[in-house]
Amino acid sequence: MVSGLLVDLLVIALLLAGVWQFRTPPGARRGNWTAAVALVVATVVVLWRHGLESVPLVVIVGLLGIGLGVWVALRATMLQIPALVAFQHGMGGAAALLVSFVELTRDATKAAITPPEVAALLGLIVGAGTFSGSLIAAGKLDRRLPQTPVSLPRHDAMLLCLALLVVAAGIVAALAKDIALLSTVLVAVVALSIAIGALFAIRIGGADMPVLISFLNATAGVAAALCGVAIGNRLLIACGATVAASGSILTHVMCRGMNRGLTSIFAGTRTSAPPAGAAPAGASHSRPEPAAPAPVSVKTSAAPTDVSSNGDPYNHAATLLREARRIIIIPGYGMALAEAQEGVVKLAEQLLEQGKSVKFAVHPVAGRMPGHMHVLLAEADVDYSLLFELKDVNHEFAETDVALVVGACDVVNPAAIERPDTPISGMPILNAHEARHVIVCNLDERPGYSGVENPLYNNPKTVLLFGDAQESVEKLCKGLSASA
Amino acid sequence: MNEVLLMLGIFVAVFGLGYLFITRVPQMLHTPLMSMTNAISAVTILGALLLFSVETSAFEKVCGAAAIITAIFNVAGGFVITDRMLGMFRRKNVAPLKFSNTGDNSPSGQD
Repeated sequence: MVSGLLVDLLVIALLLAGVWQFRTPPGARRGNWTAAVALVVATVVVLWRHGLESVPLVVIVGLLGIGLGVWVALRATMLQIPALVAFQHGMGGAAALLVSFVELTRDATKAAITPPEVAALLGLIVGAGTFSGSLIAAGKLDRRLPQTPVSLPRHDAMLLCLALLVVAAGIVAALAKDIALLSTVLVAVVALSIAIGALFAIRIGGADMPVLISFLNATAGVAAALCGVAIGNRLLIACGATVAASGSILTHVMCRGMNRGLTSIFAGTRTSAPPAGAAPAGASHSRPEPAAPAPVSVKTSAAPTDVSSNGDPYNHAATLLREARRIIIIPGYGMALAEAQEGVVKLAEQLLEQGKSVKFAVHPVAGRMPGHMHVLLAEADVDYSLLFELKDVNHEFAETDVALVVGACDVVNPAAIERPDTPISGMPILNAHEARHVIVCNLDERPGYSGVENPLYNNPKTVLLFGDAQESVEKLCKGLSASA
Repeated sequence: MNEVLLMLGIFVAVFGLGYLFITRVPQMLHTPLMSMTNAISAVTILGALLLFSVETSAFEKVCGAAAIITAIFNVAGGFVITDRMLGMFRRKNVAPLKFSNTGDNSPSGQD
């Protein structure tokens, strides 16, 4: 048994070593495989210790699962990553739910209520909730479901009722001695938990998804850990704990990035503020509507470089970029929806070649999951040493000549720090307004997800290039090279 | 009861260590991190395999097989997509800027 404990400790150490290496991208790549090895070792250990009946069945479904998983993983685009991760959370939840279910129905004859039995019940509930919540989240992230939050009448009351019913059914299940009764009640518990997960998730809107997906990450971990207690397996508990830790940290980071409490996000309190149609910059109509190529808005007033006062904002913007020495690019989700990231990276490289300082300032909630924007830019082949976090770059805007905003609105909205009464007040923003000039390449002038008007648009130092970001950026590139 | 305490201890200890390590992960790597931990959470595959360590009824076979498929889909897919993502992070020689993921607000190496 001592050797068993040693092997378990070895696997746990490998797992933590994997997480430990997540400091730099190359290290993380090794860390990822370290963790994979840990799981393989854990699987071998379990098979070694306990053996396997029905080998053909296990092998066939195992290979099928691996094939499907790898096939999907190889085909997914980086824009689809959040949806895929959410879907995988759901699969993890489903697995925890199934294992707990079988475990519970197996030893129904036990007299006393044991801690593993309670853990299995909880694992069943958390697993089922994670399953349905994740599927809803995946649907929203993949834009198969409406992005706007769905709030049913008496949403809170319904959730509370369902929760109470789950508790009641759980107690009945724990006391039930009869296998038929137990199975029925367990099915009811699962159904109720699935309903809770779904109700919980539909209320959360597009831009709040990073919080939901992080939270589901944590619950998937908890479900795995509970499953581990249920079957008395230390490795499962340890793995579940790692995931729960990561999920809770990411949830916290996302909440801080929006300066909102977890409860206010999950209660959908803010969602009453914006008009129903107010989707994030360019989110509602990105691809299908190829965004009026001719932006009409020309707001270029009182700029010191009056070389291009012929009214073409693109010329003006290109001139600003040409004369700038320090440039900070602020990418938002609108950029990803317009598929403009490659153009933006090209523009950045062009500016770098001209000897300018170029940095990307990435807001924590710029994408649809924590760190999503970094991955999107990495896919567009950006040099990752150009990517900076809010806290590392924000003090530099005052010395920056041009802040180039592409498809971002709320995260650069000065109202968040200037006004106390908006839904985004107190949210940390990137201080684009402190730069000498601001160029905004957004789809239109509509406010971002929060529905708060952006005073940056009316600032005389701002050049607005409304329209499809891909085209705007391309024009900037051309303007820059034409006169270089 | 001892058994339960040991399990609780493992959870708390690993959660604590994981928490310590993960707070140091730069924002840039948060998506790969979540994707990897997501793969790890499908460690329930062990539970699914354990279901098959004894003689199983038809119903248990169905549930167990479904659990194996969902879990292993998650494990294999999770690690592969994480690797793909991380493979996209590249540095180029043109990079004149110092990479800083820590809190030190060192001014950029360029001027």
